[in-house]
Amino acid sequence: MRVIADHDRCQGAGQCVLHAPDVFDQSDEDGTVVLLTETPPEEQEANVRAAVRMCPNAVLSLEEDEDEEEKDAPPVGSSSSSG
Amino acid sequence: MRAPQPPASAPTPSAPAPAAPLTAAAGGPPRLPVRREDPFDPPAELGLIRAETPISRLSFPDGAQGWLLTRHEDVRAVLADDRFSADRVTASSPVRRLTFKPEDRPGLLLTMDPPDHTRLRKLLTPYFTTRRMQGLAPRVEGIVADHLAALRAAGPPADLVPAFTLPIPSLVICELLGVPYADRARFHAWSATVLSLTATDEEVLASRDALVSYMRELVDAKRREPDDALLGTLIRADNDLTDAELSGIGRLLLIAGHETTANMLALGTLTFLTRPDQLAAFRSSPDAAGSAVEELLRYLTIIQFGTTRVAREDVEVHGRQVRRGETVVLSLPAANRDPAHFDRPDELDVTRPPSQHVAFGHGIHQCLGQQLARVEMRIALTALFDGLPGLRLAVPADEVPMRHDMAIYGVHRLPVAWEE
Repeated sequence: MRVIADHDRCQGAGQCVLHAPDVFDQSDEDGTVVLLTETPPEEQEANVRAAVRMCPNAVLSLEEDEDEEEKDAPPVGSSSSSG
Repeated sequence: MRAPQPPASAPTPSAPAPAAPLTAAAGGPPRLPVRREDPFDPPAELGLIRAETPISRLSFPDGAQGWLLTRHEDVRAVLADDRFSADRVTASSPVRRLTFKPEDRPGLLLTMDPPDHTRLRKLLTPYFTTRRMQGLAPRVEGIVADHLAALRAAGPPADLVPAFTLPIPSLVICELLGVPYADRARFHAWSATVLSLTATDEEVLASRDALVSYMRELVDAKRREPDDALLGTLIRADNDLTDAELSGIGRLLLIAGHETTANMLALGTLTFLTRPDQLAAFRSSPDAAGSAVEELLRYLTIIQFGTTRVAREDVEVHGRQVRRGETVVLSLPAANRDPAHFDRPDELDVTRPPSQHVAFGHGIHQCLGQQLARVEMRIALTALFDGLPGLRLAVPADEVPMRHDMAIYGVHRLPVAWEE
């Protein structure tokens, strides 16, 4: 899994750092997202998916590993069942 | 039926839409439903509208007509759509005749659009990052402990609003901005009037003007002697902010920084005092407090009349034409109870996994201070129930005066007692 950040969209709400502090940080310059790693370890997957889902400006996206596509289940609580 | 009165800059709307099948205002479309049957739930009528009518026509107190959106997906979509402006000068308010004046706009980020909004937001965001706000936890804990000690020293009963829920976020935001806390009686009164739906237009304008003058004088003082708090730091950073912008930033952050958190603390406390099972779940572990705070934000959604956007061009929404210049009301409370998005939406469940609630808004205007609010709520609510054993209401729950009459929901007073 690779994390991609579309920097121009970021307004620094900080949701990514809240949900996945080991993967994301915010710049001291303008508060926008800083990727601590582009390829987070497997144990961070749930946190990273939460960060992607919570971002208010659709800054983050994920590139799935090819051999993982088969088991790419929807993230827990996403879309119609996120409650 | 009153003719629609769109803002001067807007084209004349086409034939009025058919009136929605609900209580009409003087024969036209209905006003925004505001009457709550249950103090913890949004008006039931909003739920009916959400189930039956994805977009409905609305009348505003200023005589204009616009639209109401209540579904989670739609509210988020409009908040993230740059065809809609956050401008509140040309927008109609769903609950009062007054809106913002053009001269109020500099520095008020919530009513600005890119690129002006982007410039100010990027100047401010570094001071409100998640880690920076989490770093304030020790100071927030100290402030909370001081107020609990004062409560214990005075003994029960007490009203938690003036003794705990209002002063804590007020002191925190004063320290962060560099506003003298000694001035709190004045700005609390101005803020209460500005947010009141029962104050007269003259009273609201007088309080707004007083707040503007107060903050302009404070900015002048910071220009002469910039301190290390936020306003002084922004001045020393020499980033070309005008006095009007600094004053707008100061007013916005001062009001938004204390009213919202104060009301979430008081209403959250009342919620826990009436739901012992949820209180127990909240107190079960430090990790539980974080998700409990998110659920309180979703369930209580204190920005009770929603937020508004103005169409910058004609936009089709669910088959209806929203015309350029028309106001769209986005009901945050209705969106946060949408069964199409949340399981058991009307149930408070503090163990709910992280949800895409819109209590802080969505899109580029999502709350700048949200990470501070989270830190304050988690610390203050945890310490309150730890520090005042046996905390209980000192009046029947249905006698707690609710803020039906204020733009930000909550309680006016919260009389409690505890075991000494």
